[in-house]
Amino acid sequence: MSDIPTDLNYASSHEWVSVEGDTAIIGISDHAQEELTELVFIELPEIGRELTAGDPCAVVESVKTASDIYAPVSGQVIETNDALDTEPGTVNEDPYGDGWFFKVRLTDSSELDDLLSPEDYAEQVNT
Amino acid sequence: MENAPLKRTPLFDTHTALGARIVEFGGWEMPVFYSGIAQEHQASREAAGLFDISHMGEFLFDGPDAFEFLNRMLTNDLAKLEPDQGQYSLLCQDNGGVIDDLYAYRLGQDRYLLIVNASRLEVDWMWLKAQRNTRHKSLQLEMIDRSHELSAMALQGPKAVGIIAGVFPAAVELRKNQIAELDFDSAATWVSRTGYTGEDGFELVVPNEHATALWDKLMSLGQALGLLPAGLGSRDTLRIEAGYSLYGHELTPETTPIEAALGWAVALDKPNFVGNKMLAAQKQDGVSRRCIAFKMTGKSAPPREHYKIFSTDDTSREIGEVTSGTQSPSLGCGIGLGYVESAYAKASTDIEIEIRNRRFPAEVVKRPIYRKPS
Repeated sequence: MSDIPTDLNYASSHEWVSVEGDTAIIGISDHAQEELTELVFIELPEIGRELTAGDPCAVVESVKTASDIYAPVSGQVIETNDALDTEPGTVNEDPYGDGWFFKVRLTDSSELDDLLSPEDYAEQVNT
Repeated sequence: MENAPLKRTPLFDTHTALGARIVEFGGWEMPVFYSGIAQEHQASREAAGLFDISHMGEFLFDGPDAFEFLNRMLTNDLAKLEPDQGQYSLLCQDNGGVIDDLYAYRLGQDRYLLIVNASRLEVDWMWLKAQRNTRHKSLQLEMIDRSHELSAMALQGPKAVGIIAGVFPAAVELRKNQIAELDFDSAATWVSRTGYTGEDGFELVVPNEHATALWDKLMSLGQALGLLPAGLGSRDTLRIEAGYSLYGHELTPETTPIEAALGWAVALDKPNFVGNKMLAAQKQDGVSRRCIAFKMTGKSAPPREHYKIFSTDDTSREIGEVTSGTQSPSLGCGIGLGYVESAYAKASTDIEIEIRNRRFPAEVVKRPIYRKPS
């Protein structure tokens, strides 16, 4: 069973979102890191880039494949987790903590209502 | 391809009980990894890995003209084989395009075994049957496809010899590329000192009904030595590090062994064989593109199949394409195989790989890409 913290919201494409004021912190779920297997390279969006919800905005690479990560909400990228540059495996070890991807300043906070609750995401993952 | 249901090897339940993640490969449901690609890779380099390769095909050729027939079908020279010895070889079309790459073993005076790729098994068989029934009708030999009754596994790594000794003591004496028919629970088993990882190791062919018992026996013998069950994921990273071709990637009907840098497995000095005219011409006149091995030289994402390759000289133009790429678990950098214009195929040539619209530096290297420090 993968871990699904109850204080976060989720996109059906397996990203999580944590909101602090007008800033959203974004990462990928425990289920996603398990499916992707051990990550060897992560490409994050550039700071300043304007993301629209649903945009492919990052790439994660396991030994075997490259996979896109999608922006769960719209906003401008204001910070990225540069530690992933040298330690991509942090995402596998701590997907909800040190393995966060980037922060955006939210363009439209009403988009948060479109995200899945932990219960709904758990249902998606387990069916 | 047809929508046939996916096939399972006799070891399928063993894989799922070991917690394997299963993927489709060449029409089969196969384990891609158990514990993780990197761990299984490392185990195979430093201790040992056990791979299910039962999806591969086994063809037997028996009769006074078995040698004559096969030596006309295959690019390498079967006359070089001692009894109980094998060699890497290729099956080509008349135009030199590769139908499959395989291992050919001489089992006795008039008896040969071919081990072929799972994804090419039917194509190979139909091609060989058609050749037999048209150009070589008068030859005396029997062709038997035993793929459905036989399972196979590969035990690879520096500890493989210590493990195999517990099941087949005689296997320890095999030299590279030698094969022996040995007993496992009274079942005739072929054991050869071969593999696809660049490590010492063995490949074993056993009747289906004995596959699970042999797998379990090897696993229990190997446990204390660090043996891990290993899936197709590490099989791929190991073979790329070793610089070995994989059918469907480096080899296709549109590529020839000369272009694929496999000229060493093409015996142009033997009597006529299928494809020899084209291959001799290519060998003499040169080819416009060649398969290379390369290593990323700076920080970058791993190279992947179909990524474009660029030159770094004044022209700075597209010169080829990646056919296999991965992050090398042993080297910790991106590595791959691909085709480039022949002028850029020499070792140490600087090239660039285009990854998501940006170009990253790489260097053509000699095979194997990874060599164990000795």
